[in-house]
Amino acid sequence: MSYRITGNTGEWEIVVGLEVHAQVVSKAKLFSGASAEYGGEPNTHVSTIDAGFPGMLPVLNQECVAQAVRTGLGLNAQINLFSRFDRKNYFYADLPTGYQISQFAHPIVGTGKVIVDLADGSTREIGVTRLHLEQDAGKSIHDQDPTRSFIDLNRAGVCLMEIVSEPDIRSPEEAGAYVRKLRQILRYLGTCDGNMEEGSMRADVNVSVRKPGEDGFRTRCEIKNVNSIRYVMQCIEVEAQRQVQIWEEGGEVDQETRLFDHVRSETRSLRSKEDAHDYRYFPDPDLLPLIIEQSWVDELKAALPELPEDKRDRLEREYGVTRYESGVLVAEQAIADFYETVAKGADARLATNWMLGDFFAALNRTGRSIEDSPVSASSLRELLALISDSTINGKIAKEVLEDMVETGDSAAAIVERKGLRQVTDTGAIETAIREILANNADKVSEFKSGKDKLFGFFVGQTMKAMKGKGNPALVNEMLKKLLAE
Amino acid sequence: MSGIHDFTLASARDALKARKISAVELTNAYIDAIERLDGRLNSFITRTPDLARESAKAADAALAKGEGGKLCGIPLGIKDLFCTRGVRTTAASKIIGNFVPPYESTVTSNLLRDGAVFLGKLNLDEFAMGSANLTSAFGPVENPWKRKGSDAKLVPGGSSGGSAAAVAAGLVLGATGTDTGGSIRQPAAFTGIAGVKPTYGRCSRFGTIAFASSLDQAGPMARNLRDCAIMLESMAGFDARDSTSVDTPVPNYEAALSRGVKGLRVGIPREYHADGMPAEIEALWQQGIDWLRAAGAEIVDISLPHTKYGLPTYYIAALAEASSNLARYDGVRFGERVNHGGSLDELYEATRAAGFGDEVKRRILIGTHVLSSGYYDAYYLRAQKVRTLIQRDFLNAYENVDVILTPTAPSGAFAQDEKPTDPVQMYLNDIFTVPASMAGVPALSVPAGLDAHGVPLGLQLIGKFFDEETLLAAGHVIEQAASFNHRPTIHAGVSA
Repeated sequence: MSYRITGNTGEWEIVVGLEVHAQVVSKAKLFSGASAEYGGEPNTHVSTIDAGFPGMLPVLNQECVAQAVRTGLGLNAQINLFSRFDRKNYFYADLPTGYQISQFAHPIVGTGKVIVDLADGSTREIGVTRLHLEQDAGKSIHDQDPTRSFIDLNRAGVCLMEIVSEPDIRSPEEAGAYVRKLRQILRYLGTCDGNMEEGSMRADVNVSVRKPGEDGFRTRCEIKNVNSIRYVMQCIEVEAQRQVQIWEEGGEVDQETRLFDHVRSETRSLRSKEDAHDYRYFPDPDLLPLIIEQSWVDELKAALPELPEDKRDRLEREYGVTRYESGVLVAEQAIADFYETVAKGADARLATNWMLGDFFAALNRTGRSIEDSPVSASSLRELLALISDSTINGKIAKEVLEDMVETGDSAAAIVERKGLRQVTDTGAIETAIREILANNADKVSEFKSGKDKLFGFFVGQTMKAMKGKGNPALVNEMLKKLLAE
Repeated sequence: MSGIHDFTLASARDALKARKISAVELTNAYIDAIERLDGRLNSFITRTPDLARESAKAADAALAKGEGGKLCGIPLGIKDLFCTRGVRTTAASKIIGNFVPPYESTVTSNLLRDGAVFLGKLNLDEFAMGSANLTSAFGPVENPWKRKGSDAKLVPGGSSGGSAAAVAAGLVLGATGTDTGGSIRQPAAFTGIAGVKPTYGRCSRFGTIAFASSLDQAGPMARNLRDCAIMLESMAGFDARDSTSVDTPVPNYEAALSRGVKGLRVGIPREYHADGMPAEIEALWQQGIDWLRAAGAEIVDISLPHTKYGLPTYYIAALAEASSNLARYDGVRFGERVNHGGSLDELYEATRAAGFGDEVKRRILIGTHVLSSGYYDAYYLRAQKVRTLIQRDFLNAYENVDVILTPTAPSGAFAQDEKPTDPVQMYLNDIFTVPASMAGVPALSVPAGLDAHGVPLGLQLIGKFFDEETLLAAGHVIEQAASFNHRPTIHAGVSA
């Protein structure tokens, strides 16, 4: 079952560890009061602290610390009551102070774990080494002018969490599942919006290869700033292939930082180990060590929302959904909330089938997300109630849902407007059936001579004649009775 | 010789309150003195006479209504390391260029809140790095003192050399200084004035251009300790914008001056008897001991065993921080850009090569080196450990004594052309002042006598954390005993 690359010399195993940079949801930046909101005209969300004005000092934003603690708790990780901020020194045009404030030696969150689900239904546990807080840099813009570069400091100083995994990942699929799961947890916690297009989450991917069963790790390469789950998976594949080829040709993989070019589907060297920065980390003397109280951590823990794994277990317990179904329903908090609004106190099986079937199909068809669904949860619930109380049958309900999506009208209104109320009048059903049987005397005799399959034909004809509104159970019952005459 | 230039800050304050003199008169007298004398002393980088006159008018208006803070109408000079809103701030470096801060440092805004009148921005060693005020991009400051029978230009000490010279020459009633390893105390001693380095965290660092963040501390420099006490009371206080600022009440420092030293235990650290220390420094120290004993203090021999590591440790810790603090002057947003049209790295190199002076470059190089991979443990980390030991020395000592008495500097002011050619020799000026900085404890320097050439010498008192009051009380006893009323050769009110 394990993922293997087959080279000329046999099979290879891949070893991957991820550093995910997740932008913390907070109003202000990590060390200044400037807005941390995405977008905005260039250089409008910038304080004198972010821009590195002389004499300016950082002051820690408590909400960012709370978000890191919440995330740590969500990753079942150790919360370090003592942590510290260090300066990572390097020169770059979009780093105004010449150093990034980060947590190098003493991160706020220690080891934890993430359980990921794989396509074959199995799960794997991926270890989290640490989570630390750090500032984002600004943005250099090189494509506005032939000779000049521009700097936008809106992002400078925005709070990031760097979440470092253990080198536990063994396939592109696991890497994708890990990032997805991480994103799901952060979104549930409300600590990161997980929006990879806007750069709220990016990953540095560390890849090495080795022979199955080999002890220790071979030299790894780090692929920087990969900004989608698909690219994470692709770059691992491409990079692992490259490394296998080097080893098989008798070469040595150099430890280096690389970039993934998804257009050409290759990784390219950015800088070698020799050119690696010496970041000269040291404790930031402008900031005191960060000491938090266990009681505060406990308060944050008590206020945490229900996390995906717990929600999944509960949905299975309370609504009798399958393991697969619970996985789909908790993919996003909004889906789970929607589902519970529909299913609570109703026919849960019916709710599950409709939600995962026709409702999702309608979302796909209209290209809408659960947040701006054309049909609200309570409207869907009303529709299902009409099925449960036999006002309409399932087939009619599909038609009603389509109408709801189109017009936004309520299910009841549509049923009234179109006269779709199910016919439960046995007299009307009997009349319709007698007419069908009379018009198909040949089929009736075939049926009677043993061609049982024709029963379905009669059902179909009856429903067609009744424009789909006949109660299916009553139609069946009446047909059996009349055919037996 | 009595008149407007004989005021101390305290007596001027009293005269202003009593309406015996107006703030405008006082300010004009100081502006005149600066115009007459500062062409020679070079203690100012930027003069702000117009702003000063406006502030003085406002002060007079407040005083007329019986209002005004504790420094209302008092003309002060501001070390050009404090950012001042709307007034160019240079750190005595070419690299900052024409930087006009859009904000006011907390220390100077506290002084303004209390009604002070700012005469301008005072010269210093570039980025406060130096002990002789010879590294300023705006030229050296001359010490207003002269050796007997010599016209050699003496250094005022550093880095707060402009502040010291301006106070000593009577161009300001008081000045702000900053002290990282002795930058208030050593120049105070060299110019015959008083200077206080408060406990680290006592004055906010917000808006003060950083040299070494874990050591930098603002403090007052003035004719005497009463004046310093009045200024410190205004400058000090908690500031939420500086995470290392300490939230503890600011006492009435002026009132503490008269507490005396009866029953006080004064420590004399044996390790400060440095090899080769001039006899006159030893003698002055002994004189200080005798004065305190005579005033009722108990003299106690103490040991600060890690003293000898103070200087090397300081020059590792401080320069490591400085190398990082000065990275922002790179020619992109800050730092006068030298653009060769080449790569970003070339822009950095050209900008920093042209913008920083030799001493600053030397210190950035040392600081970068001690943080480098492979050297970090041997230098930076080791220095941090030794720093803890130095701090422990003081904490142990303070179990037995209340204050510690030492000389401020190993010599009096030297001539500008006697500057040691070996930079390390220059660093030795800080040998007595650095340990208190490393420990974070408060210390002060008071003028206590003259050397054989007739230039002033100072004594240093080192106190307990946040016990500036006892420190000032002990200092005041020395001040009174020494009754140091010599004036420098170049002084306002005296024809030079």
